[in-house]
Amino acid sequence: MATYKISVNNRLLTVDADADTPLLWVLRDHLNLVGTKFGCGIAQCGACTVHINGTATRSCQFPIAAVGNYKVTTIEGLSPTGTHPLQLAWEEVDVPQCGYCQAGQIMAAAALLKKIPHPTDADIDANMTNICRCGTHVRIRKAIHLAAQEGGAKK
Amino acid sequence: MSNSTVSRRHFIKVTSVAGGGIMIGFNLLADGIAVADTPGVFNPNAYVSIDSKGLVTLMSPNPEIGQGVKTALPMILAEELEVKWDKVEVEMAPLETKYGNQMAGGSSSVRTRYMPIRQAGATARQMLTTAAAQTWGANEADCYAENAFVIHKPTGKKLSYGELAAKAATLPVPTDVKLKDPKDFKIIGTSVPNIDNKKIVTGQPLFGIDTRRDGMLFAAVAKAPAFGKTLKSFDDTEARKVTGVKNVVAVPSRNLVAVLATSTWAAKKGKAALKVEWEDKTPLESTTDHFASFAELLSKTTDRPSRNDGDVEAALAKGKVIEATYELPALSHANMEPLNFFADVRDGKVDLYGPTQIPSRLRNDVANNLKVPQDIIVLKMPRQGGGFGRKLQSDNGVDAAMISQAAKVPVQMLWAREDDMQNDFYRPSYMYKYRATIGPDNTIAAWHLNAAVLADRGASIPSGFPAASIPNFRVDNHTLPSNIQTGPWRAPTSNAVCFADESFMDELAHEMKKDPIALRLELLDKYKNNPTGKANYDVDKFKSVVDLVSQMSNWGKNKKPNTYYGFAMHYSFATYAAHVVELTKSPKGDLRVTKVYCAVNCGRVINKSGAESQVQGAIVDGLSHAMFSKVTFNKGTVEQTNFHTYKFLRMKHAPLDVVVKFVPSEDAPTGLGEPGLPPIAPAVGNAIFAATGKRYRKLPFELGNA
Repeated sequence: MATYKISVNNRLLTVDADADTPLLWVLRDHLNLVGTKFGCGIAQCGACTVHINGTATRSCQFPIAAVGNYKVTTIEGLSPTGTHPLQLAWEEVDVPQCGYCQAGQIMAAAALLKKIPHPTDADIDANMTNICRCGTHVRIRKAIHLAAQEGGAKK
Repeated sequence: MSNSTVSRRHFIKVTSVAGGGIMIGFNLLADGIAVADTPGVFNPNAYVSIDSKGLVTLMSPNPEIGQGVKTALPMILAEELEVKWDKVEVEMAPLETKYGNQMAGGSSSVRTRYMPIRQAGATARQMLTTAAAQTWGANEADCYAENAFVIHKPTGKKLSYGELAAKAATLPVPTDVKLKDPKDFKIIGTSVPNIDNKKIVTGQPLFGIDTRRDGMLFAAVAKAPAFGKTLKSFDDTEARKVTGVKNVVAVPSRNLVAVLATSTWAAKKGKAALKVEWEDKTPLESTTDHFASFAELLSKTTDRPSRNDGDVEAALAKGKVIEATYELPALSHANMEPLNFFADVRDGKVDLYGPTQIPSRLRNDVANNLKVPQDIIVLKMPRQGGGFGRKLQSDNGVDAAMISQAAKVPVQMLWAREDDMQNDFYRPSYMYKYRATIGPDNTIAAWHLNAAVLADRGASIPSGFPAASIPNFRVDNHTLPSNIQTGPWRAPTSNAVCFADESFMDELAHEMKKDPIALRLELLDKYKNNPTGKANYDVDKFKSVVDLVSQMSNWGKNKKPNTYYGFAMHYSFATYAAHVVELTKSPKGDLRVTKVYCAVNCGRVINKSGAESQVQGAIVDGLSHAMFSKVTFNKGTVEQTNFHTYKFLRMKHAPLDVVVKFVPSEDAPTGLGEPGLPPIAPAVGNAIFAATGKRYRKLPFELGNA
């Protein structure tokens, strides 16, 4: 057990945890930020996607000891008002069915828009690799295009 | 199909609630539901509450598993109540007798609750109208309700529902209320976004896994590593040394050992440090043996065919026999939210919170296992990260309750994905063997389906299409006994037999040199004009979706290069669906389903966006499993332990568009969560045949890059 000071959603937080504890469980169990979801634990499904210094990262395979001075952003911190263009587009297109994977999908999409402000279908194919068990892929694609038009890249 | 008004036999009661509001409860007889274990009984049902400030709260009675009922059912209520959608609060109802059959399964929620819920809303509206008329001393016929006000037509004066709530609560309940004329619907038939969207996209706690309670410990469970093994002994010395681990309890009756800790990670590490011995109790089965046994079963027919029209053997003897055997693997439900449950069993109380599709079954099973009366159990349901039939089972709730009882603390039991994969109630594996012959008039003269399924009742649907359209038609259903757990999986039986039937039909169309859609229409006409016995489908409704999808896809007239088409159709849960798949071959020769056209006849559509979403999702779900997913067993152990081997479609395999159209209909709504799924696998297989000339008779297709 060790003490870590990590930056999550622009707040510096102190956590006592084993060095090998995945960031996912630090967020969910230690910091009560439960928007980041557990799906597989082996970085396959992407439900646990957060940003680490702006890069989409699967937090279930990222130990707390590796966080250091990196800035962690979770779905709760993507936009203080919940009005990131992707969040608005997700509502506009009515993407969610069960909703469980959508936080991870939005975080993956937000990182994509930072990298490629106006992605093509091929860009979306290559970068959106999360699993959605409900099959909302068609609407996810539509919402990403909509958010790109609405300036999702600038956020 | 019941679209008559609700009978007066329904017992209606009204009670005053704090704040001078009214609550209206109903009894209703639920329709028959395919997978329900509870008998259809009269139970109190849905309710509306309106407080003196005008706050309208609509209780959504059925579990929300992603099928959209937490939006659709309150829409129906709001419609008849005459309130604006953006002015209502929707709450998930807990498990209580007054809500009737609170089940998410069999695509049943909307179709069984449509009329009773309309009645509930209309009754409330009528009582508010009466209250206003009495207040004004006016003739009730001169008053009408609109947007949460009652308006006196001659003078234009109006009173809000909030102002009327207290008086309405004192009125007798009318037994004969007038439902709205559907042409006046303002909410039903529109697009209303998922009620929880804002919370979902901002990561608010909504799901069972998000439960956090004072004193709660996180429980990881060690369960048998194979079907056939039971708990022999365990040593928890090392597990108890793990930082954060507070307790280790065994529940032999549930064949598990649980490690309780202050965090999920500590519980997981504690579980890894456990030494558990399992012993073989029943045979350890393997998939290869299952398929060998299927082949053996299908070398014979049964003594009692499930259907036997005409004389199949005599007809087959007269012509060339076309034979084909189809194989489908077991599948996991693999809900994105791994199974979990919160349970607090202490001090003579049982507090339960977690995902379940049949809360009444779960409560009953918990009561039996804990050996406590049902009435000390409080069960509430969160939003659920998928269902697909897995949560028709109660094992997650029962296990959590037993662990809490043994450890005497509130627990959140959470399965790792590996537990979820090994302990499913799988979609069973199937083998289908067909023999058919074409008559001299180039029509199907005989059709014999010999079907086998693992540990499940229904290998096929003897009254489903093309039953009754072929003069010599026989179906034999075999069941292979097994200790592997199987259970309903989105569109049970349909999700398997539709692939086999509709692929074989395509084979016959090619054999007969007929257009695949023209062949279906020919058979539908035969059933209509010259039926051989009875079938479960309606010809005109089936044709309505076939015709619509033909138009949508420009069937038979497409000339796009490197583009191939496949068709399939199916009837399930009282709904008709027909799909046309557009398959594109890349310059490298890779195949991708780029577009799917789908026509659906599901009666009246309640929520346009939600309905379209369900069908799009069912298509992508079905495509994903058809392309990539399989569960195989080796000596009782599942070989696909997580998503690196139990594969799903990713964005790069998904269609770029799925175009869904609904046949306009005034009929009462039918099922929608499942019917979009069955036709996609055969439609894809038929398109692959069109593209490659190769018939894939085994799922998954395993095309392209996984």
